[in-house]
Amino acid sequence: MYAYDELDRTLINERVSEFRDQVKRRLSGELTEDEFKMLRLQNGVYLQLHAYMFRVAIPYGTLSSKQLRALARVGRRYDRGYGHFTTRQNIQFNWIKLAELPDALADLAEVGIHAMQTSGNNMRNVTSDQWAGVAPGEVEDPRIWSEILRQHTTLHPEFSFLPRKFKIAITASEHDRAAIKVHDIGLRLYKNAEGETGFEVLVGGGLGRTPFIGKTIKPFVHGRDILSYVEAILRVYNQYGRRDNIYKARIKILVHELGIEKFAREVDEEWRQMGDVGLTLDHSVIEEVRSRFSYPAYEKLPHMPDELKQAAHDPLFERWRRNSVFPHKVQGYSIVTISLKPVGAPPGDATSDQMDAVADLADRYSFGEIRVGHEQNLCLPHVAKRDLPQLWKALDRIGLATPNVNLVTDIIACPGLDYCSLANARSIPIAQELTRRFANHDTAELIGRLHINISGCINACGHHHVGHIGILGVEKNGEEFYQITIGGRADEGAQMGTLIGPAIPYAEVADVIEDIVEAYLALRDRPEELFVDAVKRLGVEPFKERVYATR
Amino acid sequence: MPLVKQGRITTDLFVHVADGAELPGDGAILIPAARFLEDPEGLLKRAGKVGVIWPNNRDLDDLVPYLGRLDAVALMFPSFRDGRAYSQARLLRERHGFDGELRATGQVLRDQFVFMLRAGFDTFEVKKDSDAEAFASTAKSYSVFYQPTGDGRLTALHRRMQLRHSESAGQ
Repeated sequence: MYAYDELDRTLINERVSEFRDQVKRRLSGELTEDEFKMLRLQNGVYLQLHAYMFRVAIPYGTLSSKQLRALARVGRRYDRGYGHFTTRQNIQFNWIKLAELPDALADLAEVGIHAMQTSGNNMRNVTSDQWAGVAPGEVEDPRIWSEILRQHTTLHPEFSFLPRKFKIAITASEHDRAAIKVHDIGLRLYKNAEGETGFEVLVGGGLGRTPFIGKTIKPFVHGRDILSYVEAILRVYNQYGRRDNIYKARIKILVHELGIEKFAREVDEEWRQMGDVGLTLDHSVIEEVRSRFSYPAYEKLPHMPDELKQAAHDPLFERWRRNSVFPHKVQGYSIVTISLKPVGAPPGDATSDQMDAVADLADRYSFGEIRVGHEQNLCLPHVAKRDLPQLWKALDRIGLATPNVNLVTDIIACPGLDYCSLANARSIPIAQELTRRFANHDTAELIGRLHINISGCINACGHHHVGHIGILGVEKNGEEFYQITIGGRADEGAQMGTLIGPAIPYAEVADVIEDIVEAYLALRDRPEELFVDAVKRLGVEPFKERVYATR
Repeated sequence: MPLVKQGRITTDLFVHVADGAELPGDGAILIPAARFLEDPEGLLKRAGKVGVIWPNNRDLDDLVPYLGRLDAVALMFPSFRDGRAYSQARLLRERHGFDGELRATGQVLRDQFVFMLRAGFDTFEVKKDSDAEAFASTAKSYSVFYQPTGDGRLTALHRRMQLRHSESAGQ
């Protein structure tokens, strides 16, 4: 965990005061709605279909139990007793009142959480691997660098009014859980042949209406130079990114229009001219930040404790363990993913009571630490294996032991037309119906890893392009229709899915997905061949045929 | 429109000269970039002060040769959403060493003051009277800064390192 010091605390309190003044000026009419819109968007406040929506940052997905309880309290006191975890390590509250927002922010500031730059055309929450610091084989904890970038991007005097939003993600593992290839800047931490720590820098990835996989702009930037290099990218973007058309304003369009080589030359030229402007991170500076991260005092524990051996006789426990428990870098410990995708519920929602209960369980079993992943699930990063049976029982009691992590019902979905003023179609009811269709856990396990991502409009908040199955809501003559893509993925082998054919009406979506899954089960060459690999081998044709032959 | 210069509301000594308008014989002028570049040497010989209004989509390279002889540069915020001039301001101050008046013009609201000060602006054509009156208090609304810029304010990181050194020296 990163511990805020007096300076971090002062800054967020100053931001709360500033926002309180902005709300006051809006309520008094001194600020027009147009002027206020930009200011509230700098602080995570959207006007949705029914109310203001308030988005709070969970930098690089790390929360303390104290912070999670504060989020629960905000849900209870200012909202309707729940919150929604998003695909970018944020949490959203959907029913907030404008006049109460400054108080909610002040409550969160007390535990070192804020909503700065969770929307608006600025540098958004820096995201990372939810297994940072505990994943086996990781180069080093990417949160040190995420925190350095969090600070650097917060209230940046030059880059707070960019052409469009700007998202940075960092991973330090071979297997990318942070989806860095679909971010404006993706950073992959590794050690070069000389043993120096640095980053492969990718730029221009993103989803939305014009999806692109990020391209490598520099294969290696030394860690000490990462801030100045990122600054150079942003300066080129701030000056030359398009501002005439909101749909062409992301950096991916600039990179595409210039070509990656020319864009890279522009950035290099800016970087060269920049010289030493106080952004070089020498060893002592990095160590200063590192020193404010605390790590658990792990015990020396056996690889296979008796408690686990005994519990293995319980098939329900075993199913959950096989599904939701993952290897930890320290012997005797595990990483536990908590599915926020129970059958029939909106993906990523948690009630305030559940948040409090998870905070208690984190105190008891995970050194008080919780993580949030981009798949809209939570995670307890340091659970002793001997505690797994007890933890499972406790999670089951609060409805959080659904053994469907990475399976067909572990669906990513945006809020869709139920909440969002941009949406063309509903997302949540589609997800709910699919969780009912595939509610049988044996069937889901048989199908294996399969990511379904649903977006209610072309803005792609539900990351439909990179779902193994992607579902995109569109509007046709006033009715909800859905385009289906297959074969997308968001990891180190990121690629966009392929459209299988004409859009289908709302009522048929679940049937079509069932058809696709059945086709896969019949076509896979062995049970270990994942859906996404079968699509790669076979192409979309056999799936298309199955779906449209009878329609 | 009130002008805030060096923290205080003050009378604007510069006259904006529109394209095609006749130049005043003396006195300080702010002149559009295109017109300035038609005859820079002639204009710089004037008795009065000369400043240039530089658009936010034009490269600074054409302005750089004259910076040492210019009294002011005004950078434009056609909308407060458009942040290109923040980069221009930092480049003028930090890379090209411009030490004359650096003015923000256009849609300038109090909510940009801190960013603008940090980027190197020292003069503000403020849209609203109430914002101009609130300048001094707004400018002090932040005491912690994460990024180094040419304004010389110590960053949080610097302050932490200093603290660390003084702590280790005291041991």
